[in-house]
Amino acid sequence: MSTISREEVAHLARLARLEVTDDELDAFAGQLDVILQSMKTLAEVDTDGVQPTSHAVPLVNVFREDQPQPSLPRDAVLAGGPDTAEDRFRVPRILDEEA
Amino acid sequence: MSRIIDKTAAELAADIREGRLTSVEATTAFLDRIAAVDGTIKAFLHVDRDGALATAAEVDAAIAAGETVGPLAGVPIAIKDVVVTKGLPTTAASKILEGWIPPYDATIVERIKAAKMPILGKTNMDEFAMGSSTEYSAYFKTLNPWDTGRIPGGSGGGSAAAVAAKMAPLAIGTDTGGSIRQPGAVTGTFGAKPTYGGNSRYGLIAFSSSLDTPGPVSRNALDAALLHEVISGYDPRDSTSIDAPVPPVVEAAKTGANGDLTGVKLGVVREFESTYDDAEQGVVDAFRQSVDQLAKLGAEIVEVSCPSFAYALPTYYLIAPSEASSNLARYDGVRYGLRAGDDGKHSLEEVMSLTREAGFGPEVKRRIILGTYALSAGYVDAFYGKAQKVRTLIKQDFEKAFTQVDAIISPTTPFVAFEFGARTGDPYQMYLADLYTIPTNMYGGPGVSVPVGLSEGMPVGLQVMGPVLGDDITYRVAAALESTQDVLLADTAPELEGK
Repeated sequence: MSTISREEVAHLARLARLEVTDDELDAFAGQLDVILQSMKTLAEVDTDGVQPTSHAVPLVNVFREDQPQPSLPRDAVLAGGPDTAEDRFRVPRILDEEA
Repeated sequence: MSRIIDKTAAELAADIREGRLTSVEATTAFLDRIAAVDGTIKAFLHVDRDGALATAAEVDAAIAAGETVGPLAGVPIAIKDVVVTKGLPTTAASKILEGWIPPYDATIVERIKAAKMPILGKTNMDEFAMGSSTEYSAYFKTLNPWDTGRIPGGSGGGSAAAVAAKMAPLAIGTDTGGSIRQPGAVTGTFGAKPTYGGNSRYGLIAFSSSLDTPGPVSRNALDAALLHEVISGYDPRDSTSIDAPVPPVVEAAKTGANGDLTGVKLGVVREFESTYDDAEQGVVDAFRQSVDQLAKLGAEIVEVSCPSFAYALPTYYLIAPSEASSNLARYDGVRYGLRAGDDGKHSLEEVMSLTREAGFGPEVKRRIILGTYALSAGYVDAFYGKAQKVRTLIKQDFEKAFTQVDAIISPTTPFVAFEFGARTGDPYQMYLADLYTIPTNMYGGPGVSVPVGLSEGMPVGLQVMGPVLGDDITYRVAAALESTQDVLLADTAPELEGK
């Protein structure tokens, strides 16, 4: 039995903001199923009472003095954007024109 | 062996420092080699001839003025395109970053520049470092210098191929699940994944932040160790950087070159034995011969049990894609690179989706979807949470093993370089390339791959894994193995036709 359906992949792609094609959906559903089947083997492992590891090396919070430092030049940062205007990144319309 | 490009980085550095060679001559020789063979190998996404020569001229002037320079001053280097370089195009081999020029340098690049090493250019890779063959570069495939019908490994296939083809004496790679070590193994080069946190991630384009580690690529252990010491050490700009002394890897590589491993205990993993049936026979044979060789050098071989290693691959393919799906959310078509579908009719959200669809390749999309799945409500405990707990068990296996042995050895990858297209149709088959390298990433310790032999005429690598901040022992063992080779394996690569 497959673990993941074409519809589920389409839903996940929407959540991840990927406008995938029908061909991609077909391919990904099959491939992700194989990958997810292999992951089911983790269910065999007894992890009762085991603490999760989120990072390789244990660390505590690192604090420093809050001192102002130069930031990157604005023009250099804006130069990398696909569309800029008036010293800002320009974005597509967010609200309806009526709003 | 009279050509400049045949010299090791250590030899080049000494020649430059002592006035037998200028950095401009050395850098020119490698740039000329790139011009001659990279049309075939395609290891570089971008070559910076003028920048490299300008740095080289500065080094020569400094030496002529009697200034004291660092141990690798004047030695040119290639940098994987996932590391940001101020003023040089940086794409992570993705279309979504095409044309982006970073406004800053990664910490490791700052240190390379401070060490006065000319930067030759940026090397090809699997897009966002996701892959084991460099076939997922959005630009072009890189060919293996040993056999141009085969893959150079991945994700750092460009760095490994550049060093294997002597287009650079040194290169920088990054390793999240094996992306330095596996390309090293299949191209007959040396690759080191340092201890996680030993090298700054500041300026690395993030894939899986709890795993990503930059490290050196070279033709032998000593050269890698010299570069390791240039780039390593605490960086306040990386919150997971370890504030501890850099392990003495150069000294360890020199000690190892004496070929004496008396008193060193090396572990072989009992649970890897059952995987050897599915690995290539030639790879397993080369590994077993190396184990005998290490015993002859005086090492004591001890079997260690690491039962959780069997689960490392699925654990990795839950953790890494989960972190990637979050990290790659920044490619929204606003701040850098590509924007698609912005015709005044599409909303911000639609433009974002169209941009990401146009800008990401298939493996990146697969992993984003996989990570989104593993992190979604209802699945997060069963998948991501479970993987984090198994990661703890893998770590504990290492910690227990290192109470019994000084280092652990294994094959680097189960098979030699495969032919193009052999594994792209079935992603899981591609993932198997990292079967032996992934456990170390889960744990955070160092791992190096050293060339030890050939199978079907293609190079085989042996992996040496050490305890956290025990990078030195991995270099010592690797250098000891190199000392048994009359000619370094990396120097037996087929001569490429210039064109």
